[in-house]
Amino acid sequence: MHRYVLRFTALGYLLVVLLAPLSMVFWRAFDDGAGHLWRSLSDPNTVHALKITLLITAIAVPLNTLFGVICALAIVRQRFPGAGIVNALVDLPLALSPVVVGLSLFLLFGRTGWFGPWFDDHGIQILFALPSMVIATIFVSLPFVAREVVPTLREIGDEQEQAAHTLGAGPWATFWRITLPSIRWAVIYGVVLTTARCLGEYGAVAVVSGHIEGQTETATLRVQDAYENFDLPGAYGISLVLAVLSVAVLVGITLLKPKEAR
Amino acid sequence: MFSISIDKHRNRIVLAAAVAAALALAAGAAAHPTGTTLSLVGYSTPKAVMGKIVQAWQQTPAGTGVSVNQSYGASTDQARAVAQGLKADLVFLSTGDDVNLLVDAGLVNQNWDEQAYDGIAADTVVVFAVRPGNPKHIKSWADLVRPGIQVITPNPFSSGSAKWNILAAYGAERRLGKTDKQATQYVEQLFRHVVSQDLSGRNATNTFLAGKGDVLITYESEALNSRMNGQDIQYVIPRQTMLIQLPIAVLKSSPNVDKANRFIQYVKSDPAQDLLAQYGFRPVDPRTAKKYADKYPTRPGMFKVGDKYIGGWRAADKVWFQPTTGRMAKIEQAVGGPTAG
Amino acid sequence: MPSSEGAVKALSLGFTTAYLSLIVVLPIAALVWASRANGVSSFWSVATAPEALAALKLSLGAAAVVAGLNAVLGTITAWVLVRDEFRGKQLVNAVIDLPFALPTIVAGLTLMALYGPSSPVGIDIAFTRTAIVAALLFVTLPFVVRTVQPVLLELSPEAEEAARSLGAGELRVFRSIVLPNILPGILSGVALAFARAVGEIGALVLISGNLPFRTEVASVFVFTHIESGDQAGAAAVAVVMLAISFAVLLVIGGVRFLATRHERA
Repeated sequence: MHRYVLRFTALGYLLVVLLAPLSMVFWRAFDDGAGHLWRSLSDPNTVHALKITLLITAIAVPLNTLFGVICALAIVRQRFPGAGIVNALVDLPLALSPVVVGLSLFLLFGRTGWFGPWFDDHGIQILFALPSMVIATIFVSLPFVAREVVPTLREIGDEQEQAAHTLGAGPWATFWRITLPSIRWAVIYGVVLTTARCLGEYGAVAVVSGHIEGQTETATLRVQDAYENFDLPGAYGISLVLAVLSVAVLVGITLLKPKEAR
Repeated sequence: MFSISIDKHRNRIVLAAAVAAALALAAGAAAHPTGTTLSLVGYSTPKAVMGKIVQAWQQTPAGTGVSVNQSYGASTDQARAVAQGLKADLVFLSTGDDVNLLVDAGLVNQNWDEQAYDGIAADTVVVFAVRPGNPKHIKSWADLVRPGIQVITPNPFSSGSAKWNILAAYGAERRLGKTDKQATQYVEQLFRHVVSQDLSGRNATNTFLAGKGDVLITYESEALNSRMNGQDIQYVIPRQTMLIQLPIAVLKSSPNVDKANRFIQYVKSDPAQDLLAQYGFRPVDPRTAKKYADKYPTRPGMFKVGDKYIGGWRAADKVWFQPTTGRMAKIEQAVGGPTAG
Repeated sequence: MPSSEGAVKALSLGFTTAYLSLIVVLPIAALVWASRANGVSSFWSVATAPEALAALKLSLGAAAVVAGLNAVLGTITAWVLVRDEFRGKQLVNAVIDLPFALPTIVAGLTLMALYGPSSPVGIDIAFTRTAIVAALLFVTLPFVVRTVQPVLLELSPEAEEAARSLGAGELRVFRSIVLPNILPGILSGVALAFARAVGEIGALVLISGNLPFRTEVASVFVFTHIESGDQAGAAAVAVVMLAISFAVLLVIGGVRFLATRHERA
């Protein structure tokens, strides 16, 4: 009986908060017809923007995954002083409004910023080019893998690793054969969340990108652009592509998981 | 046991493919400019028409072989970006206030507003967008503060459009004979009727089109732009209204100052002015303006930011828009704050 | 091999600190530095000005409500996705992350269209605090769901079955066996949801109305101050938001520490 109550509650909540808005995106993308949608999606600037989004995601996700796993292991398995602060620092990027992220990058790399002049003198462009967009995206998507892995690591405990240690296994072998398989779902969901966040990032990247058509626009910037020009089907259409990509990553990575013997 | 060797193999292939893809994307994404390149940084509404103007200019001798990088976004955001290093040879913004930001950053000459047509590329006016048929009969500034009327205007601290709206409201009252104090009180009264202060003009238009409010104070060019994009929007030009002057300026640090100036000249000349008029902007070129006089009626009470009651952007900024000491900050506090009635 | 183990530990700690310092600490340091540009007294007067306080109260209050709702509804959703079976479950599971993948403006647009003045279901909450909570629920939805799911997936059902066979009711089983195990996951998700809700701007700008003192959130306040050239003031409020979030995150971390001390006993 209570199983149906729980199911009804969950599905009701999801319907109102998630599924209805998502259906709207899907529905409205085709408001002007599939032909118009295709034309708007195949605009060279939009295609380029999607490539830029994918490129940034391809850089940020592996880096944040590597960091997330290592950081989680350090926080849970090593009792170092300040672990609590490190833990809180990992979540902090989320508390920064995207505009503020952009502002802080201006403060660091702008014409009058801390490091701006140095990079200017050496001819390296950080702001209004790919590097700052990547940094901003890494920043906003930093917490997810770590946050997923930490509770799971705490949950499973380290008996198996202790056992391996007494059997003479080195740290790498222990990690690869025992720890990693046991946190695979956490890593999977962490990667999926990180990827989704990278695909959907707008605010911080908008501030540092410079909006240069055909060069520094991401897919989300094109969505904003379409909205500004009253092309709502176009805006929803690009969003739909991002949604499909995100789901594809989830499906793909779930299929990729290493087999386990249970 | 774990079938780790097969999985390692498969995972390795996937990883290699991902790296290869990333490198291919990086190669494809790098820009390879040849010949002269101009960088145009503009605010969002003229994006469509500027694209056309650039294309037309590239057919002329002056523009042949010149590629033009274009960037469009919210006016103040764009100005700040240029101040922080966004490469630009020329800017086309929605307020002189934003150009002054660049003057203060040392990037634009102080005499930018002494160029042709006072440094202006196109004009528009402050209008009232109303519901179809104008059911509440909104025609003048006095109508906006009738009981029960709900007004939409953007937030003055983030939107250039809002600044024009406020100065228009104030200036209209002054021109009708009110004193400085009375006109300021009118603006406060107006803001008691505001139900949404969106962060940009476009967002405010969206709020209005979504069904909120009885009247939206906006640019004529914004209203016409929405119409051109299929939105059913009706507007009224009040008798007392402000001429919104949209500035275009060259950056003195530009390596292509001459080319940039040639482009600006083109924008102020007939073919470009004609395009601007078609896309909802009032031309500054007198001949083109006469040609489109029916589309863009004038009003007897039209005034500019340089008008004696306002005194130009620098003065207006100091009096009205300082974040903590300006009149708007005080008005926002009076209307919404803890001491509000 | 103690030395290689020690080396690995040192390396991983070093990497973690370096990455965090570069990516997180540096930008925040720049922000804190900018906020003191006009002096400490100016920092306080800006951060405690009536409009700033109103915006902060609204943001923190909304974030707390949303975090609480997520704790309950997110856990129920995770439970249903892991333990329940129904047609379309895989599809529902696949779309949980979409609030992240969609640009936040889309959230605002769709919520406005669904629950605003032209709502097809007759609900108009636009420009109210309810709208703020609804928009925040959308953008924070994946957090608790996705942090609880992996823990539930790793939870072997034997302990629960044993308890049931001994006659314990479902609620008892949940409270004494499942909950202690998923609590760290819930708290992780809640911390993330709270932090995100405090800083959110994109999903709120269309639907909240941004009226100062009434429906203006802290991030909008910061934005308008940046736009009007008051960088120091903006940075001051941003630093206050950060400090409060940091404190809340530390507290949640502390609660998690206390709640799981049975594991370390």
